[in-house]
Amino acid sequence: MTGGSSAGGRDSSAGPVPLPMPKFAAAARTALADTGLRRDLRADAAALRRRREAAAGELGDWQELREAGRAIRDETLLNLDAYLERLEKSVTEAGGAVHWAADAAEAARLVTGLVRATGQGEVVTAAVPAAREIGLHDALAEAGVTVHPTDLAELVARLGGGRRPAARPAPPAFHRDRARLRELLARLPDAPPDLPDDPAALAAAARDHLRRRLLSARVAVCGADFMVADTGTLVLLESEGNGRAAVTVPDTLICVAGIDAVVPTWSDLEVLLQLLPRSATGDRMSPAVSTWTGVTPGDGPRELHLVLLDNGRTAVLADEAGRAALRCVRCSACAHVCPVYERTGDEPYGPRGGGPIGAVVTPLVEGVESAAHASLPYASTLCGACADVCPVKIDIPGLLVHLRGAVVESRRRRPVPTPELVMMRSAAWTMGEQGRYEAALRSGARWARLLSRGGRIRRLPGLLGKWTEARDLPAPPAGGFRGWWRARPRSGGAR
Amino acid sequence: MSSRERILRRVRDALGEARGTGVDVPRGYRRRLTAAEAATRADVVAMFTERVAARRATVRHAGADDLATSVAAALWARAARRIAAPADLPFGWLSELDGVHAVADTGLTDLETLQGLDGVVTGCAVAIAQTGTIVLDGGRAQGRRLLSLVPDYHLCVVHADQIVGTVPEAVARLRPERPLTWISGPPVAGGPEARRAEGGQGPRSLEVLIVED
Ligand code: SF4
Repeated sequence: MTGGSSAGGRDSSAGPVPLPMPKFAAAARTALADTGLRRDLRADAAALRRRREAAAGELGDWQELREAGRAIRDETLLNLDAYLERLEKSVTEAGGAVHWAADAAEAARLVTGLVRATGQGEVVTAAVPAAREIGLHDALAEAGVTVHPTDLAELVARLGGGRRPAARPAPPAFHRDRARLRELLARLPDAPPDLPDDPAALAAAARDHLRRRLLSARVAVCGADFMVADTGTLVLLESEGNGRAAVTVPDTLICVAGIDAVVPTWSDLEVLLQLLPRSATGDRMSPAVSTWTGVTPGDGPRELHLVLLDNGRTAVLADEAGRAALRCVRCSACAHVCPVYERTGDEPYGPRGGGPIGAVVTPLVEGVESAAHASLPYASTLCGACADVCPVKIDIPGLLVHLRGAVVESRRRRPVPTPELVMMRSAAWTMGEQGRYEAALRSGARWARLLSRGGRIRRLPGLLGKWTEARDLPAPPAGGFRGWWRARPRSGGAR
Repeated sequence: MSSRERILRRVRDALGEARGTGVDVPRGYRRRLTAAEAATRADVVAMFTERVAARRATVRHAGADDLATSVAAALWARAARRIAAPADLPFGWLSELDGVHAVADTGLTDLETLQGLDGVVTGCAVAIAQTGTIVLDGGRAQGRRLLSLVPDYHLCVVHADQIVGTVPEAVARLRPERPLTWISGPPVAGGPEARRAEGGQGPRSLEVLIVED
């Protein structure tokens, strides 16, 4: 799904992530400092939560649909090789060409090669969630191809500077940021000279610009939410309609999708086309849904290429517990209920996408050896809200705990124990005997109260400071539970 | 080894013993509207009307005998002068037009011509009451996808018997080998709710004319 801020904003923008990823807490600090971004994220998330709840609650069979969705995705994953081969056969028979990309670089190379083979120097992109993952825009630019992203948020982010906009640019706030938006949109070569700064005129100027781009496009790159193995049908859900234009206007269409987007049969869409829009944007149906099978003579592109992307998805599949993460239909509902995501946005999670499911998938693909990847399973309070909304019933908190286990396991194997491990070992020694434990508690509480200001501890001393990097710690009360338990009155069978 | 072989090998290795396990899909969800929602045909039509309207589309009703008058009235209200029509649009639909020029699409009509038109009139393949959706499949009275994409106003004629209750009913009726466009109101750009902006691609005005025969 794409377009808007969800089904919408999942279209991520271009450019590979250049440098080694910083740890989540460090990366999040930038986002946290951006108050405009935080306000937008919070307002959008709250609106999307309300809409999702209403849309799911209105159906009397939402739980049955989720259960069916889970099973359809599990059936797909446990037979993925067979369904991929079937998909390849049906797409080919319908007149499309199928390409396989083992990793990001190969996918970028394939798409670039396909574009160049058309002889065109320009390409439009619409609704390509994988663009950032595979570094598509940079690869095309390096090959001398001009890229025109057609998602509204991406256009505005680009005008704001930089070829590599934020991971999932927040949709422009036409009502709030008028003056700035007017300035940005006036930079468009085809902007009306006397562009007024009322929201409707600004939105219209952006639309007209994108429309001209889309209607003159000869080659387009798009994504797909689902690929039907039986029929070879590709399915794209969106709000903005730029995908609809991109699959209709050009001569050549290049579709890039993860191997996990396959579903077995056409009739499985009767479940997924209910779960996805209602979860993503709270729409009963996304404003525009396009489905196409190969090429249709006289209607739409004459050439269709489908690039199937692995790039670590098989590594997720190999983890028996983690495999369930590939059920994901990328609705972003888990992100919109996540108290951590609401404050940080996508960027700190890295190029594979953010939110709770991003914190699961990235370490599953990349492993937990690097500090950045190992920090992701901790970017959660394990509140469980994500599991309740997930339309395909992924137990995200369970998977985060599973991954925390993997992090600890990998640290244990290191020759030099990590500070955390040293602490845990000494904690084990302290807690191993009641007297030692109680003495430690008493002295700890005394020290802690000395450190606190107004009942909160903002920074713990020494190595313990890691724990307060991302949170304040309430100062412990003067008398702890144990003290109270001993001192409580015991008479009269009181409870 | 080609990437194809490599990926398929990785999938097989990743699944190991579990590979090929069948999973039964519990299909306990509803395929049709409940008896309470759809006691009569009129209830289904009413639900469709309400939900299309909730998507910022205009809805009109007509009988089979005043279909042509209603089409003419809708176009007149838009002050549409030149419109696009699929070559196989039933002749009767446009028989009452007065002062509106209909350009029949021959498959050759170029983009520039299309962009210069005030609107497009089509039929549809299926409509869904529960979601307020019309689905075009390029079949009779619908034309190529480009035709219903480019003009800024789309008048879609829906016959009452084309309206199904639910998404499962629609999926069962539609043919996957055809290029489908499911339209649920005009496109939206920007964020949710307060931050939604008019915009996006495709006709910004959608009008649905429901014909009850
Ligand atoms: S994990 Fe579930 S809730 Fe989150 S994006 Fe994927 S499908 Fe949606």
